[in-house]
Amino acid sequence: MRVKSILLSAREGSDWTVPGVGWEGFRFFAPPPSGVRTRPLGGRGREWTVPLREGGGALRDEKKLPPSPNAHALAPPPFPSFPYGLRALAGGSRYCVHVRREGWANMSTCSVSKGCFVFKPKSKKRRIASTADYFNDSKNDSEDSGLRFATCESLWKQIKSETEQIQEELNKQLYDNIIRFLRRSHSEFQEKKTEWTCRMKSSEIPTAALVLGVNVTDHDLTFKRLSEVLQDNVTPYVVSLQAKECPGIRHLLQKLMGQLMDCYVEDDQSEEEDYVTVSKKRIRCSLDSLTDWYECVTKKTDSETPSKKRTSSSRWESPPIVVIFKDMESFTTKVLQDFIVISSQHIHELPLVLIFGIATSPMIIHRLLPHSVSSLLCIELFQCLSCKEHLATVIDKLLLTSKFPFKLSEKVLQVLINIFLYHDFSVQNFIKGFQLSVVEHFYSQPLSVLCCQLPKAKKRVNSFSHEQCERIRSLPSFRRYVESQVSEKQIALLTEDNFVKEVTQILLEDLHIYHENYFPVLKCLHIFTSSLPKYPLGKQIRELHCACLEKRVWETEEYESALQLVRMLCKADLVAMLQKCVKIFMSFPGKEFGNTVEKLKEFLAQFQNLEAEASKVQDEPMSSQKELQKKTDLYHLQKTLLQLKDSRSKKLTKFEMLRFEVVDFIDSLVRNYLAPAEMQTLHEVVYFSAASTLCEHLNAAPRTALHTALNKPYFYLKNQALKSDAGCFSNKAPDICIAYKLHLECGRLINLVDWLEAFSTVVTAVKGTDADSVASDEVDEIIHARFIRAVSELQLLGFIKPSKRKTDHVARLTWGGC
Amino acid sequence: MPTLEHPEYPEATLLHLESIMPCRESQMSTLLSIFGERQQYSFPSIFIYGHTSSGKTYVLQTLLKTLKLPHVFVNCVECSTSRLLLEKILSQLQSLSSKTKHASHTSCDTLNQFVYLFKQETMAEELQNETIYIVLDKAEQLREMEANVLPAFLRLQELADRNVTVILVTEIVWELFRPSTGCFEPLTLYFPDYSIGHLQKILSHDHPPEYSADFYAAYINILLGVFYTVCRDLKELRHLAALNFSKYCEPVVKGEANERDTRRLWKNIESHLKKAMQTVYLRELSSSQWERLQQDEGEPGQVKGLSAHTHVELPYYSKFLLIAAYLASYNPSRTDKRFFLKHHGKMKKTFLNKHEKTSNHLLGPKPFPLDRLLAILYSIVDKRVVPTGNIFSQISSLVTLQLLTLVGHDDQLDGPRYKCTVSLDFIRAIARTVNFDIIKYLYDFL
Repeated sequence: MRVKSILLSAREGSDWTVPGVGWEGFRFFAPPPSGVRTRPLGGRGREWTVPLREGGGALRDEKKLPPSPNAHALAPPPFPSFPYGLRALAGGSRYCVHVRREGWANMSTCSVSKGCFVFKPKSKKRRIASTADYFNDSKNDSEDSGLRFATCESLWKQIKSETEQIQEELNKQLYDNIIRFLRRSHSEFQEKKTEWTCRMKSSEIPTAALVLGVNVTDHDLTFKRLSEVLQDNVTPYVVSLQAKECPGIRHLLQKLMGQLMDCYVEDDQSEEEDYVTVSKKRIRCSLDSLTDWYECVTKKTDSETPSKKRTSSSRWESPPIVVIFKDMESFTTKVLQDFIVISSQHIHELPLVLIFGIATSPMIIHRLLPHSVSSLLCIELFQCLSCKEHLATVIDKLLLTSKFPFKLSEKVLQVLINIFLYHDFSVQNFIKGFQLSVVEHFYSQPLSVLCCQLPKAKKRVNSFSHEQCERIRSLPSFRRYVESQVSEKQIALLTEDNFVKEVTQILLEDLHIYHENYFPVLKCLHIFTSSLPKYPLGKQIRELHCACLEKRVWETEEYESALQLVRMLCKADLVAMLQKCVKIFMSFPGKEFGNTVEKLKEFLAQFQNLEAEASKVQDEPMSSQKELQKKTDLYHLQKTLLQLKDSRSKKLTKFEMLRFEVVDFIDSLVRNYLAPAEMQTLHEVVYFSAASTLCEHLNAAPRTALHTALNKPYFYLKNQALKSDAGCFSNKAPDICIAYKLHLECGRLINLVDWLEAFSTVVTAVKGTDADSVASDEVDEIIHARFIRAVSELQLLGFIKPSKRKTDHVARLTWGGC
Repeated sequence: MPTLEHPEYPEATLLHLESIMPCRESQMSTLLSIFGERQQYSFPSIFIYGHTSSGKTYVLQTLLKTLKLPHVFVNCVECSTSRLLLEKILSQLQSLSSKTKHASHTSCDTLNQFVYLFKQETMAEELQNETIYIVLDKAEQLREMEANVLPAFLRLQELADRNVTVILVTEIVWELFRPSTGCFEPLTLYFPDYSIGHLQKILSHDHPPEYSADFYAAYINILLGVFYTVCRDLKELRHLAALNFSKYCEPVVKGEANERDTRRLWKNIESHLKKAMQTVYLRELSSSQWERLQQDEGEPGQVKGLSAHTHVELPYYSKFLLIAAYLASYNPSRTDKRFFLKHHGKMKKTFLNKHEKTSNHLLGPKPFPLDRLLAILYSIVDKRVVPTGNIFSQISSLVTLQLLTLVGHDDQLDGPRYKCTVSLDFIRAIARTVNFDIIKYLYDFL
């Protein structure tokens, strides 16, 4: 039996700490069945090493190896949690799977979880399957898989650089503000001691409180970029600290000094090496030694000529030391307080600047620090762009543009947005999801080879083979198109490859034009709907986009009510909106909208004219009012009032007429250009619509998977013998499944004896005749052993635990039953 | 007022000391008489305590420096372990005894070693016939070190057989130090708080050179009138005085009032100081922001303080998780049936008869198991919630954000228990955003 093993461990990161999950999701592995070598790890009772059998896993590389038959023979019935457990871990992008290759000798893990760790022997060489191999190996492989992969790569590269640029632009102002703050506070540090006020003021530590929002996963990127920016512009001494690295003040200082000394080495390489090694040896982790170090460093750079590559920071004689606390909330009060108190004593020699990364609200500063400590700080607040705005920008730049050929269907977009809004607020995860859809699209859709820029796509169509033409013919949207044609053309489309290619090119062009028109009109419609009361079509453009993708938007009730509301807009609003629309259409280079712009401008001009006429119009009501004042007779008054009312309802003012025209025009635009994408022929080529696949990958449900595995083992094991109705017990199922099903019927406490009896009944049931012969109240030893193993497996999976209340009972940890 | 008298030191020095340390004459004279003459043995250990900024450290430091007594000054906050503390004392001693030689580093792990090394260091000529003072500031930290550190320092004179006095400076009383096993009792010396008169005197002592002392004293008078009720911290008051002085001088600089026109100046400054009390003093605004506001003549309302930003935006399910956690923390678990079951039956009288009991909100949050949290979550969310990994990861995210805390062991997998740490106001604001009437579900508000 060849033994492979892999270390799986749940990562405890700040973004994804395990406690809640560990209990539910990560206890996948049962104590291994007999016949598999196990050994407990370093004193932790619950860790096992489980050698993996060949062919049993859902891991990628596992598949390629030929299954060794005797492995199956050796091992008892496979325990079902294994394969899917790995899959559940590997599938969800947020589950971190550390695949570490280590020898048996070196088997320490840094995990605190009581999970099971599988180690892989070192000697085996293992090729890591790249994504490219995947494309080549896929079952629907055709000659163009390589090309598809290349297209996918290049497209993703473009998208990635775009997202990075967005990020950069969005955070630019924040970084600028922080740099300005650093400059200012630092200049105060340098010029002090002379003036009276400076002498009298207690010297506070300049502190920037950076409020970043609860999307902790995105912070890393922001901080990384921030420290880069600071290092480029302000000071080489930037230290980032994380709470989990600093449980005590000593660790904090250690970390701080370690990072500082390192960054010093990086800064001017070779000649200072000896100094650093010396100092490292005798580092006492106190600010005294840090002060000495700082003095030493600054003196050195002063004496040297500033011709060194030290960039802009050379302007600053004594560059400040910036300490970033990445996750302020998680730091313990004591560590923070001590650090601040200590460093405030050295502030005269050591220009420290603190940056607090805050995820919740700045109130946390007051909660963590008492007044005596916070009075040592000079805190200024900086606010990061909210993640929702960030997402809106990302969607605008990535999805609502015809720049990238790849598009998301309504359902997929909804899945991604829902994950964002309901679960994590993380833009990074949204982009990851987007990336996954790109890869999945190119992987699963053979015609995605056409998902590139138009000229290139046309060229590719020309070189299509017969199979590929067949694929086009089999597209539902293309079939619909064929059916709508006249019969001769239908025949030609179905038989002649060349004709198909020609038509495809035309259709691709149509699709391209559709997109070019779609987005400006969408934005234009959004301008009208985004300011309506109650937002019938949504406040955000993404909601409108989804509505348009879903079905013909003009047939929906919401659209009707939105138009009703637009018909009631006042002139000033309407004019402003029209002007915005003109701007949007002008900004799109397509020639299509020349007429539209003309028309809109005409409307604007007419509104202008109305204003000019307004003075004349005003006279009439004035005169009628004068009439009103004259009449004192009640009867006449009533009469005239009625007349006035009639005339008003009958005659629309010029403005109202014009308003109707405008609305009709907008409506016609919508009907012309905002048809749902699914109605377009060949939309399958560029739209990714497999929402369920995406959901499966991004929304991993470990608990459900576990239940499915234990309840319906066939789902994962694919063994025909197990194929049965869910309700009844099959004795062919793995023991743990039988035990699990039986335990589902019990209450909070389970009597082990009863459970065992039920278990043995099920196991021996079909054997029938045999069961009768065996003395009925004596349970077979083997069955007993199997039962015990199944129960302990369930215990490890976290379904039951020993109870202190009754000795022969176990307690259920999941509900049901009660 | 007794002026300082001491046969050892010249009168001029003593007068100078008196002038730079006003209102601390009696403490100084006590100290000086305890210290005695340079070569005389002093009391082995002195314990000085008093409230924040009552001049303990300042008096000691100035005294020792001005009189050029050999001393070692260590702030214990910086020494997280006894080893750091001991080494620090030794290295300072080294620089005392031999100013020329560059101090080589000595490592010292235990007190035994320390006593030995201390003896060696003090062999030097210039240290032998003078009392050495070891001042340990923030001495309360010593209690967290090994049990033998504090008693050993208290009788260091005896252990090392050297002319040495250890002075402990702290803000808490000796009773909180005394180890249960007993130890050498130090001489305790109390530094009382400064009275308002003292504060006035000390603060007006250093006036800016461009203005007269009287003018500045009037200003300090106004300042103390506003701040004395909330803050008696000398350092803080000095800081505030410096921050707001430019505003006070403004009419004088502009020529609208002269220096004696106190009433007018008072009118100008009083509201300003009150505003400062609500913002700068609480560190809602930083002092640099405050100064900029003064210069720009802007309203302090423009810049929002830290507490103004209380709103926290959370993902949809996180909000519900937090609400569920809050309910689980503040409702007794036996009441869950009544709140979350559709047919909970009639409310029993005993159920409502709880007025004599203490409110759960006064007792604080109680821990609850994960199961209960999820069960409540499922019943308060209208839609069906699939227990995906995303939900569980949100729980741990909430823990990292310190909105929930994990009770007990970190690596407990069997049944993690949590506590909800947010306030009622916070959770009400959250519940309002998802249209959930949380008050209806809280046992305390039935």
